[in-house]
Amino acid sequence: MSALTFTLKSKPAQRVDMSPLVCQHLSGLSIAEISALTLQSGKLKLRVDELFTLTGSDTQDIVINNSADNLDFIGQDLDGGSITVNGDAGAYLAFGLKSGEIKVSGNAGLYAACEMKKGYLEIAGNAGDFLGAALPGNKMGMKGGTILVKGNVGERAGDHMRRGNILIEGNAGDYCGSRMTAGTIAVMGQTGRYLGYAMRRGTLLLWNQPKLSASFNDCGAHTLAFLPILFGSFKTLNSRFADASIAFNRVQRYAGDMSEMGRGEVLVKL
Amino acid sequence: MIINGVSIDATFAEAFPMKATRAIITAQNEKWAMISAQAMTGFATSVIACGCEGAIERVLDPSETPDGRPGVAIMIFAMGGKGLAKQLETRAGQCVLTSPTSALFSGIDGGIRIPLGKNLRYFGDGFQVSKQISGKRYWRIPVMDGEFLAEATTGQVDAIGGGNFLVLAESQPQALAACEAAIEEMRKIPNVIMPFPGGVVRSGSKVGSKYKSLGASTNDAFCPTLKGMTKTDLSPEIESVMEIVIDGLTKEDIDKAMRVGIQAVCDLGAANGIKRISAGNYGGKLGPFHFHLQEIMA
Repeated sequence: MSALTFTLKSKPAQRVDMSPLVCQHLSGLSIAEISALTLQSGKLKLRVDELFTLTGSDTQDIVINNSADNLDFIGQDLDGGSITVNGDAGAYLAFGLKSGEIKVSGNAGLYAACEMKKGYLEIAGNAGDFLGAALPGNKMGMKGGTILVKGNVGERAGDHMRRGNILIEGNAGDYCGSRMTAGTIAVMGQTGRYLGYAMRRGTLLLWNQPKLSASFNDCGAHTLAFLPILFGSFKTLNSRFADASIAFNRVQRYAGDMSEMGRGEVLVKL
Repeated sequence: MIINGVSIDATFAEAFPMKATRAIITAQNEKWAMISAQAMTGFATSVIACGCEGAIERVLDPSETPDGRPGVAIMIFAMGGKGLAKQLETRAGQCVLTSPTSALFSGIDGGIRIPLGKNLRYFGDGFQVSKQISGKRYWRIPVMDGEFLAEATTGQVDAIGGGNFLVLAESQPQALAACEAAIEEMRKIPNVIMPFPGGVVRSGSKVGSKYKSLGASTNDAFCPTLKGMTKTDLSPEIESVMEIVIDGLTKEDIDKAMRVGIQAVCDLGAANGIKRISAGNYGGKLGPFHFHLQEIMA
């Protein structure tokens, strides 16, 4: 059984809500039935086969080819199975992801992995602002699982993050880890201003010294036993994070944000 | 049955169902992992008075431990899950948390989850940090030498305690040498511990006593100095008897440990003063697991 493949005929004029095209919703449907599903695009409802050419039949293995940056909500609430996106993804990629994996070969827009619960998201390019964050007004962002971004991420990555890992091979924008409740964000590249702004708990693991706010206090240099275990858990990833030579257990520890609960930490490689 | 001049009695060891768990202690080096493990499994020879039976299972190579440091696997056995959890937590708190550079991990992935570092975290007084990695929760507890890392839970499984055999020899040094040889081989078998000091018991017991307050007392039938005073089980040339007690996760594990242990004793043979191998039982009415010596050595 080959992967159920949606090949975009041409980039749509309006943004498209792709949330109906997830494994659990398509399970048991024939190609004809899937073709007849409608997707919201602007104020229009378009049939799937108006936008895409469909091939294959395995609804647990979905491929979206020629994907564009205005295809929103790809993989929303995905609960098992896999979605491979060849090209860019729009906003709210993997929104509320419950389990399974989503891989994007290009860039992703705003709010990727927003309120993600479990599973795995891999973005080969860059991700927009609010990666793994909560919806505006909500208090809980990402609650579990792992996000790997091979490029850079925008501002407010991990805003209100509650649990799980965000791994960034590139740089992170301003306010990385803002209002974090817990979880781990690792950034191999540079970080922007206001790192960990109002974070309560959680870990920001950095390869490069950040510019920290005055509300982060230096706790000194330490060898931490949990780091080898954390790096060990990345071994199976298709990432530089899997490379044993990049792992370290000796860090400078900063505690903050002291203007909030102050139980969070910024660990910087020594 | 006679092996190398050693007579194997047509009897059996009688064992009981227990609950068991395993924990992995790591440290900066093997010396300190061992110190912590020895403390944690100290005073854990018999459930009769210690509350549990525990011992070091084996030394672990750094490649086998979760944090890549030298480690030691210990196992603890108790009569019930509640008692086991209490003993584990108390011992972890007093013997591992306190031990320099130590970290503590689960040694059994399945089974019923019982607290390991889950409640020790409160020692952190609010400064403790939780990390969930690959589905396992760890607690980072700030301590004076840095951080104590402990996995939140470990697995509790059904197990068997009380497998045993007796070594009957012409002299005390010969009995001890045979037991030492047996223990050396038995320690290579996974999933078993020999909880008594050095793995050897010299004070095997029988059920009951002439004193009302005691539930167990010396096994007079196997005491060589009482040969002329009691209904002895010893022939005139036997001058010393020692016992090896084995707790294991399964009957097969104990079978295997008994086999290699008895074989090591028999390898020394009659030429080294070893005359008989026997076993302790209560007539087969108390423990559901019977380890027949001759079947094991067949």
